[in-house]
Amino acid sequence: MDLYEYQAKELFAKHGVPTQAGLVVRTPQHAEDAATEIGGVVVVKAQVKAGGRGKAGGVKLALTPEEAGARAKDILGLEIKGLTVHQVLVTAAADISEEYYVSFLLDRSNRTFLAMASKDGGVEIEQLAVERPEALAKVVVDAITGVDRAKAEEIVDAAGFDDSVRDQVINVLEKLWDVFVKEDATLVEVNPLAKTTSGEVLALDGKVTLDANATFRHPEHVLLEDTTEVDPLEVAAAAKGLNYVKLSGSVGIIGNGAGLVMSTLDVVAYAGEEFGGQRPANFLDIGGGASAQVMADGLEIILSDDEVKAVLVNVFGGITACDAVANGILQALEMLAGQGKAVTMPLVVRLNGNNADLGRQILRDARNPLVEIVETMDGAARRVAELAAQGA
Amino acid sequence: MAIFLTENSKVLIQGITGSEGGKHTRHMVADGTNIVAGVTPGKGGQIVEIEGQQIPVFNSVGEAVIATGADVSVIFVPPRFTKSAVYEAIDALVPLIIIITEGVPVHDSADFYAYSQRKGTSRIIGPNCPGVISPGKSNAGIIPGSITVAGRIGLVSKSGTLTYQMMNELSDLGFSSAVGIGGDPVIGTTHIDCLAAFEADPDTDAIVMIGEIGGDAEERAAAYIAAHVTKPVVGYVAGFTAPEGKTMGHAGAIVSGSSGTAAAKREALEAVGVKVGKTPSETARLMRDIITSLQV
Repeated sequence: MDLYEYQAKELFAKHGVPTQAGLVVRTPQHAEDAATEIGGVVVVKAQVKAGGRGKAGGVKLALTPEEAGARAKDILGLEIKGLTVHQVLVTAAADISEEYYVSFLLDRSNRTFLAMASKDGGVEIEQLAVERPEALAKVVVDAITGVDRAKAEEIVDAAGFDDSVRDQVINVLEKLWDVFVKEDATLVEVNPLAKTTSGEVLALDGKVTLDANATFRHPEHVLLEDTTEVDPLEVAAAAKGLNYVKLSGSVGIIGNGAGLVMSTLDVVAYAGEEFGGQRPANFLDIGGGASAQVMADGLEIILSDDEVKAVLVNVFGGITACDAVANGILQALEMLAGQGKAVTMPLVVRLNGNNADLGRQILRDARNPLVEIVETMDGAARRVAELAAQGA
Repeated sequence: MAIFLTENSKVLIQGITGSEGGKHTRHMVADGTNIVAGVTPGKGGQIVEIEGQQIPVFNSVGEAVIATGADVSVIFVPPRFTKSAVYEAIDALVPLIIIITEGVPVHDSADFYAYSQRKGTSRIIGPNCPGVISPGKSNAGIIPGSITVAGRIGLVSKSGTLTYQMMNELSDLGFSSAVGIGGDPVIGTTHIDCLAAFEADPDTDAIVMIGEIGGDAEERAAAYIAAHVTKPVVGYVAGFTAPEGKTMGHAGAIVSGSSGTAAAKREALEAVGVKVGKTPSETARLMRDIITSLQV
């Protein structure tokens, strides 16, 4: 889960990383009030989970509270990389003399952690890494020993920070490592880490990604999720414990296993090319059990997607046999009909694996005119794309 | 022969008294796996009986290993206990540790992986994986044993259900071993480790490699194949339609910016001569053609 800048800074403050507090507001009037409360020159910053906010006009200086209100009015509603700005952070302006970069992240390739640091921050770091790789120090961090003072010194020296800020940056790194470990983050980034004209080192921006698998250790992280930014169908699916991602297409997909479902989306997209570009409408992995209740929950979510014209159920029966899956599908259709949410669009079902023949027979015997059985994955994808095109 | 898991493997189950651990232990026994012990802290001394076989339960992995000589551990414990369970198995010098558990925090995985590297005595497979099967010999994990038979194809995959799909499509030809390495960002055994083991295995003639979006494991595997693998390799990559920045079911299945895309992985594999199927069925056909041509 990616956090907003203001949330990242709250975690920084919690663990002692020097940063500037600010106020998050959703209206120009509140921005003006916030500027009055903070006093002096302020910066109004768009809160969206995207880089390049400054270039997009999402970060503005304001000399007076009235100006802060006016700038907030400009920024609120702005589109930045496809995301609409609904809130701005109002924070005291800093007199910056130098801008640095520091981060800790998960290095998947090497299965460990990595520290990155540069004296030349404030720019897009991906660009710096390509254009002047020598200016970006990368130091491997062992997952067990982590970052102690000696490691922080190693990072600072690798990046070549000068003596005037060395101790302060070491302190930032040690505290930032606390954020990384104690909050179970996979990324903590400060860009820029600024030196002010008075010589103080401060995190002026922050980016944090938290590990959703670690939420059991941090129940409070649930509160950091902004469900207003998430597709309403994804929110509804999450509430039912379903692994669902909304896409834009006409073919609803239900399958079991992340890999098989991803593969199903691809196969439907290929098949759909022949039928006017039909595309998968969603990713939905109902997992190994595929019980009637889970199937009903999944169908309910998919049917609330207005774009969907036909549904493909693609299940590989492993430990759970296909006859159980077939009965689950039939019971799910009954449950939905009983709740006044009867399925009215074609359902193409492909069952494979353990007891597949028996499962298909159960579906045939049910004689539901909406349910079609296709034996192969490629054939089922073709048929559901065709049906979706007809329904469009 | 087979890789990692053979008919001589002595398997212990961490979390045998839990519902998942118990259920899958029964399947493993049915597939002929030699299950010698279970471990559940606090339940030492109990006996789990499966089809007339008495499996002793121990309080710790160390006790179980001393008493039974177990050399494979399959871990079913919940995410919050997984790290300590893995540490216990590493400390007991278990050579092969298979972590089925889904939802392990990545800080924990990075930690126990580093610990296993430091000790140098255990291979870790997973977490969030279906395990390893050497059909007809042993099955350690949750791969349904009924879908295939012993044969001469090796399979390595990030995905469980795509593993099953591929084994099913090629069930008449059979497999030497199939390894589900898992879909998490940090995993113990990689595509490369399995490619190396299959290359060295005299009973494997050709290899199917299944990947998916996220990370650069497939690109690295492609480079490894070019330099070290002489046996034919067929590939499949899932996730061409996955949008940027969205996690697709597996914690590690995410396209970040322009990195980790399915297209890049397919290109990397094709560039080193690996045939990559457009769909799982086409991938199976490519492998069938190879096996048929080897038999001529």
